[in-house]
Amino acid sequence: MSELWEGLTQAFWLVVTLDADLVGITLRSLRVTLTALILASAIALPLAAFLAVRRFRMRRLTIAVLNALMGLPPVVVGLIVYVFLSRAGPLGVLGLLFTPTAMVIAQVIIIVPLIASVAHQSLRELWAEYHDLLISMNTTQTQRIATLLWDGRRALLTAALAGFGRGIGEVGAIMIVGGNIDQVTRVLTTAIALETGKGNFALALGLGFVLIALAVAVNLAIHWLSRTETEGRW
Amino acid sequence: MLKWFASAAFALALGSAAMAEDLKMAVTTSFHNSGLAEVLLPEIKKDTGIDLQLLVVGTGQALRLGEAGDVDAILVHAKAAEEKFVAAGHGTHRTEIMYNDFVIIGPKADPASISGAGSAAAALQMIEGAEAPFVSRGDDSGTHKKELSLWKGAGVTPEGAWYKAVGAGMGSALNTASGMNAYILSDRASWLNFGNKGDLALLYAGDPVLFNQYAYIPVNPEKHAHVKSDLAMQLEAWLVSDRAKELIDGYRLSAEQLFTYNAKSE
Repeated sequence: MSELWEGLTQAFWLVVTLDADLVGITLRSLRVTLTALILASAIALPLAAFLAVRRFRMRRLTIAVLNALMGLPPVVVGLIVYVFLSRAGPLGVLGLLFTPTAMVIAQVIIIVPLIASVAHQSLRELWAEYHDLLISMNTTQTQRIATLLWDGRRALLTAALAGFGRGIGEVGAIMIVGGNIDQVTRVLTTAIALETGKGNFALALGLGFVLIALAVAVNLAIHWLSRTETEGRW
Repeated sequence: MLKWFASAAFALALGSAAMAEDLKMAVTTSFHNSGLAEVLLPEIKKDTGIDLQLLVVGTGQALRLGEAGDVDAILVHAKAAEEKFVAAGHGTHRTEIMYNDFVIIGPKADPASISGAGSAAAALQMIEGAEAPFVSRGDDSGTHKKELSLWKGAGVTPEGAWYKAVGAGMGSALNTASGMNAYILSDRASWLNFGNKGDLALLYAGDPVLFNQYAYIPVNPEKHAHVKSDLAMQLEAWLVSDRAKELIDGYRLSAEQLFTYNAKSE
Protein backbone atom coordinates (compact mmCIF):
# COMPACT_ATOMS: atom_id res chain seq x y z
CA MET A 1 0.00 0.00 0.00
CA SER A 2 2.82 2.41 0.87
CA GLU A 3 4.17 1.74 -2.60
CA LEU A 4 0.98 3.04 -4.22
CA TRP A 5 1.30 6.24 -2.25
CA GLU A 6 4.99 6.56 -3.05
CA GLY A 7 4.13 5.98 -6.72
CA LEU A 8 1.58 8.77 -6.67
CA THR A 9 4.06 11.12 -5.00
CA GLN A 10 6.77 10.24 -7.49
CA ALA A 11 4.40 10.74 -10.41
CA PHE A 12 3.40 14.10 -8.97
CA TRP A 13 6.99 15.30 -8.64
CA LEU A 14 8.03 13.95 -12.04
CA VAL A 15 5.23 15.92 -13.67
CA VAL A 16 5.58 19.08 -11.58
CA THR A 17 9.33 19.36 -12.16
CA LEU A 18 8.92 18.44 -15.85
CA ASP A 19 11.62 15.78 -15.53
CA ALA A 20 13.56 15.83 -18.83
CA ASP A 21 13.62 12.04 -19.19
CA LEU A 22 9.93 11.76 -18.48
CA VAL A 23 9.06 14.45 -21.02
CA GLY A 24 11.21 12.75 -23.65
CA ILE A 25 9.72 9.33 -22.97
CA THR A 26 6.17 10.66 -22.94
CA LEU A 27 6.57 12.59 -26.19
CA ARG A 28 8.09 9.49 -27.79
CA SER A 29 5.11 7.40 -26.63
CA LEU A 30 2.75 9.94 -28.14
CA ARG A 31 4.71 10.26 -31.36
CA VAL A 32 4.85 6.51 -31.96
CA THR A 33 1.24 5.77 -31.09
CA LEU A 34 -0.27 8.81 -32.83
CA THR A 35 1.68 8.07 -36.01
CA ALA A 36 0.53 4.47 -35.83
CA LEU A 37 -3.03 5.64 -35.18
CA ILE A 38 -3.07 7.94 -38.23
CA LEU A 39 -1.67 5.24 -40.51
CA ALA A 40 -3.97 2.57 -39.08
CA SER A 41 -7.05 4.80 -39.40
CA ALA A 42 -6.16 5.59 -43.00
CA ILE A 43 -6.21 1.86 -43.70
CA ALA A 44 -8.94 0.65 -41.38
CA LEU A 45 -11.71 3.25 -41.81
CA PRO A 46 -12.05 3.02 -45.62
CA LEU A 47 -11.80 -0.74 -45.26
CA ALA A 48 -14.66 -0.75 -42.74
CA ALA A 49 -16.85 1.42 -44.99
CA PHE A 50 -16.03 -0.74 -47.99
CA LEU A 51 -17.06 -3.85 -46.07
CA ALA A 52 -20.34 -2.18 -45.10
CA VAL A 53 -21.22 -1.00 -48.61
CA ARG A 54 -19.94 -3.66 -50.92
CA ARG A 55 -21.31 -7.20 -51.09
CA PHE A 56 -18.81 -9.79 -52.31
CA ARG A 57 -18.28 -13.48 -51.93
CA MET A 58 -15.61 -13.48 -49.19
CA ARG A 59 -17.21 -10.63 -47.22
CA ARG A 60 -18.44 -12.66 -44.26
CA LEU A 61 -15.14 -14.49 -44.00
CA THR A 62 -13.19 -11.21 -44.16
CA ILE A 63 -15.30 -9.73 -41.35
CA ALA A 64 -14.92 -12.86 -39.22
CA VAL A 65 -11.15 -12.87 -39.70
CA LEU A 66 -10.98 -9.17 -38.88
CA ASN A 67 -12.95 -9.74 -35.68
CA ALA A 68 -10.71 -12.61 -34.71
CA LEU A 69 -7.59 -10.53 -35.35
CA MET A 70 -8.78 -7.97 -32.78
CA GLY A 71 -7.33 -10.34 -30.21
CA LEU A 72 -3.98 -10.58 -31.98
CA PRO A 73 -1.36 -11.15 -29.25
CA PRO A 74 1.05 -8.18 -29.47
CA VAL A 75 4.05 -10.27 -28.51
CA VAL A 76 3.49 -12.51 -31.54
CA VAL A 77 3.08 -9.50 -33.83
CA GLY A 78 6.31 -8.13 -32.38
CA LEU A 79 8.12 -11.38 -33.02
CA ILE A 80 6.91 -11.60 -36.63
CA VAL A 81 7.81 -7.96 -37.35
CA TYR A 82 11.17 -8.59 -35.70
CA VAL A 83 11.90 -11.57 -37.92
CA PHE A 84 10.97 -9.57 -41.02
CA LEU A 85 13.01 -6.48 -40.08
CA SER A 86 16.07 -8.29 -38.73
CA ARG A 87 19.16 -7.97 -40.90
CA ALA A 88 18.84 -11.67 -41.57
CA GLY A 89 15.18 -11.26 -42.56
CA PRO A 90 13.52 -10.34 -45.87
CA LEU A 91 13.28 -6.59 -45.07
CA GLY A 92 16.63 -6.42 -43.29
CA VAL A 93 18.24 -4.12 -45.86
CA LEU A 94 15.98 -1.29 -44.70
CA GLY A 95 17.79 -1.28 -41.35
CA LEU A 96 14.57 -0.51 -39.48
CA LEU A 97 14.92 -2.84 -36.50
CA PHE A 98 15.27 -1.01 -33.16
CA THR A 99 14.00 2.29 -34.55
CA PRO A 100 10.74 4.13 -33.77
CA THR A 101 9.60 3.27 -37.30
CA ALA A 102 9.66 -0.44 -36.43
CA MET A 103 7.50 0.29 -33.39
CA VAL A 104 5.01 2.18 -35.56
CA ILE A 105 4.81 -0.75 -38.00
CA ALA A 106 4.09 -3.22 -35.19
CA GLN A 107 1.44 -0.99 -33.66
CA VAL A 108 -0.28 -0.41 -37.00
CA ILE A 109 -0.61 -4.18 -37.45
CA ILE A 110 -2.00 -4.54 -33.93
CA ILE A 111 -4.61 -1.78 -34.10
CA VAL A 112 -5.87 -1.99 -37.71
CA PRO A 113 -8.14 -5.00 -37.03
CA LEU A 114 -9.51 -3.38 -33.87
CA ILE A 115 -10.34 -0.06 -35.53
CA ALA A 116 -11.75 -1.75 -38.64
CA SER A 117 -13.99 -4.09 -36.62
CA VAL A 118 -15.40 -1.43 -34.32
CA ALA A 119 -15.86 1.00 -37.22
CA HIS A 120 -17.54 -1.62 -39.39
CA GLN A 121 -20.02 -2.40 -36.64
CA SER A 122 -21.36 1.13 -36.52
CA LEU A 123 -21.09 1.84 -40.24
CA ARG A 124 -23.18 -1.24 -40.95
CA GLU A 125 -26.08 0.20 -38.96
CA LEU A 126 -25.67 3.55 -40.64
CA TRP A 127 -25.66 1.87 -44.03
CA ALA A 128 -28.94 0.10 -43.24
CA GLU A 129 -30.42 3.55 -42.64
CA TYR A 130 -28.89 5.20 -45.69
CA HIS A 131 -29.16 2.31 -48.09
CA ASP A 132 -32.39 3.23 -49.91
CA LEU A 133 -31.58 6.91 -50.08
CA LEU A 134 -28.09 6.46 -51.46
CA ILE A 135 -29.19 3.83 -53.96
CA SER A 136 -32.11 5.96 -55.22
CA MET A 137 -29.76 8.92 -55.67
CA ASN A 138 -27.72 6.73 -57.98
CA THR A 139 -24.46 7.43 -56.12
CA THR A 140 -21.18 5.80 -57.02
CA GLN A 141 -19.51 3.44 -54.58
CA THR A 142 -16.84 6.01 -53.70
CA GLN A 143 -19.53 8.56 -52.91
CA ARG A 144 -21.35 6.05 -50.68
CA ILE A 145 -18.16 5.26 -48.76
CA ALA A 146 -17.37 8.95 -48.39
CA THR A 147 -20.89 9.70 -47.12
CA LEU A 148 -20.76 6.91 -44.57
CA LEU A 149 -17.34 7.97 -43.32
CA TRP A 150 -18.39 11.60 -42.96
CA ASP A 151 -21.78 11.03 -41.36
CA GLY A 152 -20.43 8.32 -39.12
CA ARG A 153 -17.43 10.36 -37.97
CA ARG A 154 -18.39 10.37 -34.30
CA ALA A 155 -18.64 6.61 -34.15
CA LEU A 156 -15.39 6.35 -36.10
CA LEU A 157 -13.76 8.58 -33.52
CA THR A 158 -14.67 6.05 -30.86
CA ALA A 159 -13.13 3.31 -32.99
CA ALA A 160 -9.94 5.32 -33.40
CA LEU A 161 -9.76 6.06 -29.67
CA ALA A 162 -10.08 2.35 -28.93
CA GLY A 163 -7.12 1.85 -31.25
CA PHE A 164 -5.18 4.59 -29.47
CA GLY A 165 -5.87 2.94 -26.11
CA ARG A 166 -4.59 -0.39 -27.30
CA GLY A 167 -1.52 1.21 -28.88
CA ILE A 168 -0.41 3.47 -26.05
CA GLY A 169 -0.70 0.74 -23.42
CA GLU A 170 1.02 -1.94 -25.48
CA VAL A 171 4.40 -3.26 -24.36
CA GLY A 172 5.00 -6.77 -25.75
CA ALA A 173 5.53 -5.88 -29.40
CA ILE A 174 7.39 -2.58 -29.06
CA MET A 175 9.74 -4.07 -26.50
CA ILE A 176 10.81 -6.68 -29.06
CA VAL A 177 11.05 -4.49 -32.17
CA GLY A 178 12.14 -1.28 -30.44
CA GLY A 179 14.63 -2.78 -28.02
CA ASN A 180 13.89 -0.23 -25.26
CA ILE A 181 16.98 1.88 -26.11
CA ASP A 182 17.36 4.89 -23.84
CA GLN A 183 16.61 8.18 -25.65
CA VAL A 184 15.73 6.37 -28.87
CA THR A 185 13.02 3.76 -28.46
CA ARG A 186 12.18 3.87 -24.75
CA VAL A 187 8.52 4.71 -24.25
CA LEU A 188 6.32 4.77 -21.15
CA THR A 189 5.31 1.12 -21.17
CA THR A 190 8.82 -0.25 -21.77
CA ALA A 191 10.23 2.10 -19.12
CA ILE A 192 7.67 0.71 -16.67
CA ALA A 193 8.73 -2.85 -17.50
CA LEU A 194 12.38 -1.87 -17.01
CA GLU A 195 11.85 -0.16 -13.64
CA THR A 196 9.74 -3.07 -12.39
CA GLY A 197 12.65 -5.34 -13.31
CA LYS A 198 14.93 -3.22 -11.16
CA GLY A 199 12.51 -3.48 -8.25
CA ASN A 200 11.81 0.28 -8.39
CA PHE A 201 8.09 -0.17 -7.93
CA ALA A 202 7.45 3.43 -6.89
CA LEU A 203 9.03 4.88 -10.02
CA ALA A 204 7.34 2.23 -12.19
CA LEU A 205 3.99 3.11 -10.62
CA GLY A 206 4.71 6.81 -11.07
CA LEU A 207 5.28 6.25 -14.79
CA GLY A 208 2.11 4.15 -14.84
CA PHE A 209 0.06 6.99 -13.41
CA VAL A 210 1.54 9.34 -16.00
CA LEU A 211 0.53 6.86 -18.72
CA ILE A 212 -3.05 6.68 -17.44
CA ALA A 213 -3.26 10.46 -17.17
CA LEU A 214 -1.94 10.78 -20.71
CA ALA A 215 -4.55 8.38 -22.10
CA VAL A 216 -7.34 10.25 -20.32
CA ALA A 217 -6.00 13.62 -21.46
CA VAL A 218 -5.81 12.57 -25.11
CA ASN A 219 -9.35 11.19 -25.02
CA LEU A 220 -10.71 14.32 -23.39
CA ALA A 221 -8.87 16.56 -25.82
CA ILE A 222 -10.26 14.75 -28.84
CA HIS A 223 -13.80 14.76 -27.45
CA TRP A 224 -13.55 18.41 -26.66
CA LEU A 225 -12.16 19.27 -30.07
CA SER A 226 -14.89 17.36 -31.86
CA ARG A 227 -17.64 18.54 -29.45
CA THR A 228 -19.22 15.16 -28.91
CA GLU A 229 -21.98 14.79 -26.35
CA THR A 230 -22.89 18.46 -26.70
CA GLU A 231 -25.19 18.63 -29.71
CA GLY A 232 -27.31 16.33 -31.90
CA ARG A 233 -26.36 12.92 -33.22
CA TRP A 234 -23.64 14.11 -35.54
CA MET B 1 -5.40 13.18 -45.31
CA LEU B 2 -2.81 11.82 -47.71
CA LYS B 3 -0.66 14.91 -47.27
CA TRP B 4 -0.78 14.59 -43.53
CA PHE B 5 0.14 10.97 -43.87
CA ALA B 6 3.12 11.71 -46.11
CA SER B 7 4.45 14.45 -43.86
CA ALA B 8 4.10 12.19 -40.83
CA ALA B 9 6.06 9.46 -42.59
CA PHE B 10 8.62 12.02 -43.67
CA ALA B 11 9.06 13.41 -40.17
CA LEU B 12 9.59 9.89 -38.92
CA ALA B 13 12.20 9.09 -41.57
CA LEU B 14 13.97 12.36 -40.79
CA GLY B 15 13.95 11.55 -37.10
CA SER B 16 15.88 8.35 -37.62
CA ALA B 17 18.27 9.81 -40.20
CA ALA B 18 19.37 12.55 -37.81
CA MET B 19 21.30 10.06 -35.67
CA ALA B 20 24.48 9.73 -37.67
CA GLU B 21 27.28 8.53 -35.39
CA ASP B 22 25.29 5.96 -33.50
CA LEU B 23 26.50 2.50 -32.63
CA LYS B 24 24.25 -0.30 -31.45
CA MET B 25 25.65 -2.60 -28.80
CA ALA B 26 23.86 -5.50 -27.14
CA VAL B 27 24.68 -5.74 -23.44
CA THR B 28 23.47 -8.05 -20.70
CA THR B 29 20.88 -7.05 -18.15
CA SER B 30 23.40 -7.51 -15.35
CA PHE B 31 25.77 -4.96 -16.90
CA HIS B 32 22.96 -2.48 -17.39
CA ASN B 33 21.49 -2.99 -13.91
CA SER B 34 24.87 -2.13 -12.40
CA GLY B 35 24.44 1.51 -13.40
CA LEU B 36 27.96 1.58 -14.86
CA ALA B 37 26.51 2.28 -18.31
CA GLU B 38 25.15 5.61 -17.10
CA VAL B 39 28.70 6.62 -16.12
CA LEU B 40 30.42 5.33 -19.26
CA LEU B 41 27.97 6.44 -21.96
CA PRO B 42 28.37 10.22 -21.51
CA GLU B 43 32.18 9.82 -21.34
CA ILE B 44 32.23 7.75 -24.51
CA LYS B 45 30.12 10.39 -26.22
CA LYS B 46 32.50 13.11 -25.02
CA ASP B 47 35.76 11.35 -25.96
CA THR B 48 34.81 9.67 -29.23
CA GLY B 49 31.59 11.33 -30.37
CA ILE B 50 29.87 7.97 -30.53
CA ASP B 51 26.22 7.81 -29.53
CA LEU B 52 26.21 4.36 -27.99
CA GLN B 53 22.75 2.76 -28.06
CA LEU B 54 22.38 -0.12 -25.65
CA LEU B 55 20.07 -3.05 -26.26
CA VAL B 56 19.60 -4.67 -22.90
CA VAL B 57 18.98 -8.38 -23.40
CA GLY B 58 20.11 -11.76 -22.11
CA THR B 59 23.42 -13.15 -23.37
CA GLY B 60 21.58 -15.69 -25.53
CA GLN B 61 19.69 -12.98 -27.38
CA ALA B 62 22.75 -10.71 -27.53
CA LEU B 63 24.65 -13.41 -29.40
CA ARG B 64 21.71 -13.95 -31.74
CA LEU B 65 21.53 -10.20 -32.44
CA GLY B 66 25.21 -10.21 -33.32
CA GLU B 67 24.80 -13.28 -35.50
CA ALA B 68 21.97 -11.64 -37.46
CA GLY B 69 23.92 -8.39 -37.77
CA ASP B 70 21.27 -6.37 -35.93
CA VAL B 71 23.87 -4.82 -33.63
CA ASP B 72 27.42 -3.60 -34.28
CA ALA B 73 29.05 -5.07 -31.18
CA ILE B 74 28.23 -7.06 -28.07
CA LEU B 75 29.40 -6.95 -24.46
CA VAL B 76 28.54 -10.18 -22.66
CA HIS B 77 29.80 -12.65 -20.08
CA ALA B 78 29.65 -16.28 -21.19
CA LYS B 79 33.11 -17.33 -22.27
CA ALA B 80 32.31 -20.66 -23.92
CA ALA B 81 29.46 -19.21 -25.97
CA GLU B 82 31.58 -16.17 -26.90
CA GLU B 83 34.42 -18.32 -28.16
CA LYS B 84 32.01 -20.34 -30.23
CA PHE B 85 30.59 -17.09 -31.62
CA VAL B 86 34.02 -15.86 -32.70
CA ALA B 87 35.06 -19.27 -34.03
CA ALA B 88 31.94 -19.35 -36.22
CA GLY B 89 33.09 -16.06 -37.74
CA HIS B 90 30.22 -13.94 -36.40
CA GLY B 91 32.62 -11.72 -34.49
CA THR B 92 36.10 -10.55 -35.44
CA HIS B 93 37.73 -11.11 -32.04
CA ARG B 94 37.07 -11.14 -28.33
CA THR B 95 38.55 -8.61 -25.91
CA GLU B 96 38.25 -9.12 -22.19
CA ILE B 97 37.42 -5.84 -20.47
CA MET B 98 36.59 -6.35 -16.82
CA TYR B 99 35.05 -8.70 -14.31
CA ASN B 100 32.64 -8.57 -11.43
CA ASP B 101 31.32 -11.42 -9.33
CA PHE B 102 28.24 -13.46 -8.64
CA VAL B 103 26.74 -13.83 -5.20
CA ILE B 104 24.23 -16.24 -3.72
CA ILE B 105 21.20 -14.49 -2.26
CA GLY B 106 18.69 -16.12 0.04
CA PRO B 107 16.27 -15.62 2.93
CA LYS B 108 17.84 -14.02 6.01
CA ALA B 109 16.90 -17.06 8.10
CA ASP B 110 19.07 -19.19 5.75
CA PRO B 111 17.20 -22.55 6.07
CA ALA B 112 19.95 -24.37 4.16
CA SER B 113 22.64 -22.63 6.27
CA ILE B 114 24.89 -21.88 3.30
CA SER B 115 26.50 -18.79 4.82
CA GLY B 116 29.20 -20.96 6.36
CA ALA B 117 29.80 -23.04 3.22
CA GLY B 118 33.40 -23.63 2.15
CA SER B 119 32.81 -23.22 -1.56
CA ALA B 120 30.11 -22.28 -4.04
CA ALA B 121 29.67 -25.95 -4.90
CA ALA B 122 29.15 -26.86 -1.24
CA ALA B 123 26.59 -24.06 -0.87
CA LEU B 124 24.58 -25.38 -3.81
CA GLN B 125 24.74 -28.93 -2.46
CA MET B 126 23.33 -27.66 0.82
CA ILE B 127 20.44 -25.93 -0.96
CA GLU B 128 19.67 -29.10 -2.86
CA GLY B 129 19.99 -31.19 0.32
CA ALA B 130 17.54 -28.96 2.17
CA GLU B 131 15.28 -28.75 -0.92
CA ALA B 132 15.06 -25.03 -0.20
CA PRO B 133 13.28 -23.08 -2.95
CA PHE B 134 15.74 -21.80 -5.56
CA VAL B 135 14.86 -19.41 -8.38
CA SER B 136 16.72 -19.86 -11.66
CA ARG B 137 16.79 -17.30 -14.48
CA GLY B 138 16.06 -20.04 -17.01
CA ASP B 139 16.47 -17.63 -19.93
CA ASP B 140 19.73 -18.76 -21.52
CA SER B 141 21.46 -15.61 -20.25
CA GLY B 142 25.07 -15.46 -19.09
CA THR B 143 23.94 -15.65 -15.47
CA HIS B 144 21.78 -18.68 -16.24
CA LYS B 145 24.64 -20.43 -18.04
CA LYS B 146 26.89 -19.67 -15.09
CA GLU B 147 24.36 -21.09 -12.68
CA LEU B 148 24.05 -24.30 -14.71
CA SER B 149 27.82 -24.71 -14.81
CA LEU B 150 27.94 -24.24 -11.02
CA TRP B 151 25.32 -26.97 -10.49
CA LYS B 152 27.31 -29.22 -12.79
CA GLY B 153 30.48 -28.44 -10.83
CA ALA B 154 28.66 -29.33 -7.61
CA GLY B 155 27.61 -32.67 -9.12
CA VAL B 156 23.91 -31.88 -8.67
CA THR B 157 21.13 -32.09 -11.25
CA PRO B 158 18.76 -29.32 -10.23
CA GLU B 159 15.22 -30.59 -10.60
CA GLY B 160 12.16 -30.97 -8.46
CA ALA B 161 9.52 -28.70 -7.03
CA TRP B 162 12.11 -26.61 -5.13
CA TYR B 163 13.88 -25.56 -8.36
CA LYS B 164 11.93 -22.84 -10.17
CA ALA B 165 13.05 -21.62 -13.58
CA VAL B 166 11.25 -18.32 -14.20
CA GLY B 167 12.51 -17.44 -17.69
CA ALA B 168 13.01 -13.78 -16.85
CA GLY B 169 15.68 -11.10 -16.53
CA MET B 170 17.74 -10.58 -13.37
CA GLY B 171 15.42 -7.99 -11.87
CA SER B 172 12.24 -9.97 -12.44
CA ALA B 173 13.90 -13.12 -11.11
CA LEU B 174 14.99 -11.22 -7.98
CA ASN B 175 11.41 -9.98 -7.58
CA THR B 176 10.21 -13.58 -7.76
CA ALA B 177 12.81 -14.75 -5.25
CA SER B 178 11.84 -11.90 -2.94
CA GLY B 179 8.18 -12.88 -3.19
CA MET B 180 8.86 -16.57 -2.54
CA ASN B 181 11.72 -16.08 -0.08
CA ALA B 182 13.89 -18.28 -2.24
CA TYR B 183 17.61 -18.64 -2.93
CA ILE B 184 18.95 -17.18 -6.16
CA LEU B 185 22.24 -16.61 -7.96
CA SER B 186 22.71 -12.96 -8.90
CA ASP B 187 25.49 -10.70 -10.04
CA ARG B 188 26.53 -8.36 -7.25
CA ALA B 189 25.58 -5.19 -9.14
CA SER B 190 22.00 -6.21 -9.82
CA TRP B 191 21.63 -7.23 -6.20
CA LEU B 192 22.96 -3.95 -4.80
CA ASN B 193 20.81 -1.90 -7.16
CA PHE B 194 17.71 -3.97 -6.51
CA GLY B 195 15.03 -2.00 -4.71
CA ASN B 196 12.71 -4.76 -3.45
CA LYS B 197 15.04 -6.80 -1.21
CA GLY B 198 12.28 -7.78 1.23
CA ASP B 199 13.54 -10.56 3.50
CA LEU B 200 16.52 -11.48 1.31
CA ALA B 201 20.20 -11.09 2.15
CA LEU B 202 23.58 -11.77 0.59
CA LEU B 203 24.57 -15.16 1.99
CA TYR B 204 27.56 -16.40 0.04
CA ALA B 205 30.28 -14.77 -2.09
CA GLY B 206 34.02 -14.92 -2.68
CA ASP B 207 34.70 -18.27 -4.37
CA PRO B 208 36.89 -17.47 -7.45
CA VAL B 209 34.63 -19.71 -9.51
CA LEU B 210 31.98 -16.99 -9.09
CA PHE B 211 34.03 -14.39 -10.98
CA ASN B 212 32.28 -13.08 -14.04
CA GLN B 213 34.40 -12.02 -17.01
CA TYR B 214 32.95 -9.47 -19.45
CA ALA B 215 34.22 -9.41 -23.02
CA TYR B 216 33.67 -7.09 -25.96
CA ILE B 217 33.14 -8.57 -29.43
CA PRO B 218 32.72 -6.46 -32.60
CA VAL B 219 30.44 -8.07 -35.16
CA ASN B 220 32.26 -9.29 -38.26
CA PRO B 221 31.89 -6.82 -41.15
CA GLU B 222 32.73 -9.59 -43.62
CA LYS B 223 29.40 -11.23 -42.77
CA HIS B 224 27.42 -8.01 -42.48
CA ALA B 225 28.65 -5.21 -44.70
CA HIS B 226 26.41 -2.60 -43.03
CA VAL B 227 28.04 -3.04 -39.60
CA LYS B 228 29.83 0.10 -38.41
CA SER B 229 33.14 -1.64 -38.00
CA ASP B 230 35.34 1.44 -37.69
CA LEU B 231 33.15 2.89 -34.96
CA ALA B 232 33.20 -0.45 -33.17
CA MET B 233 37.02 -0.43 -33.30
CA GLN B 234 37.06 3.15 -32.03
CA LEU B 235 34.91 2.08 -29.10
CA GLU B 236 37.18 -0.87 -28.37
CA ALA B 237 40.21 1.43 -28.32
CA TRP B 238 38.38 3.55 -25.76
CA LEU B 239 37.34 0.54 -23.67
CA VAL B 240 40.95 -0.62 -23.29
CA SER B 241 42.22 2.89 -22.57
CA ASP B 242 43.39 4.25 -19.22
CA ARG B 243 40.35 6.52 -19.14
CA ALA B 244 38.04 3.48 -19.13
CA LYS B 245 40.20 1.77 -16.51
CA GLU B 246 39.90 4.77 -14.22
CA LEU B 247 36.12 4.98 -14.64
CA ILE B 248 35.46 1.25 -14.29
CA ASP B 249 37.71 0.72 -11.28
CA GLY B 250 36.44 3.93 -9.72
CA TYR B 251 32.77 3.06 -10.01
CA ARG B 252 31.16 2.57 -6.60
CA LEU B 253 27.74 1.34 -5.68
CA SER B 254 26.75 1.54 -2.01
CA ALA B 255 30.46 2.24 -1.34
CA GLU B 256 31.49 -1.07 -2.94
CA GLN B 257 33.72 -1.49 -5.97
CA LEU B 258 31.79 -3.57 -8.48
CA PHE B 259 34.02 -4.06 -11.49
CA THR B 260 37.70 -4.82 -11.78
CA TYR B 261 39.29 -3.71 -15.01
CA ASN B 262 41.52 -6.40 -16.62
CA ALA B 263 41.53 -5.60 -20.34
CA LYS B 264 43.92 -7.53 -22.51
CA SER B 265 43.55 -8.12 -26.22
CA GLU B 266 43.57 -11.69 -27.48
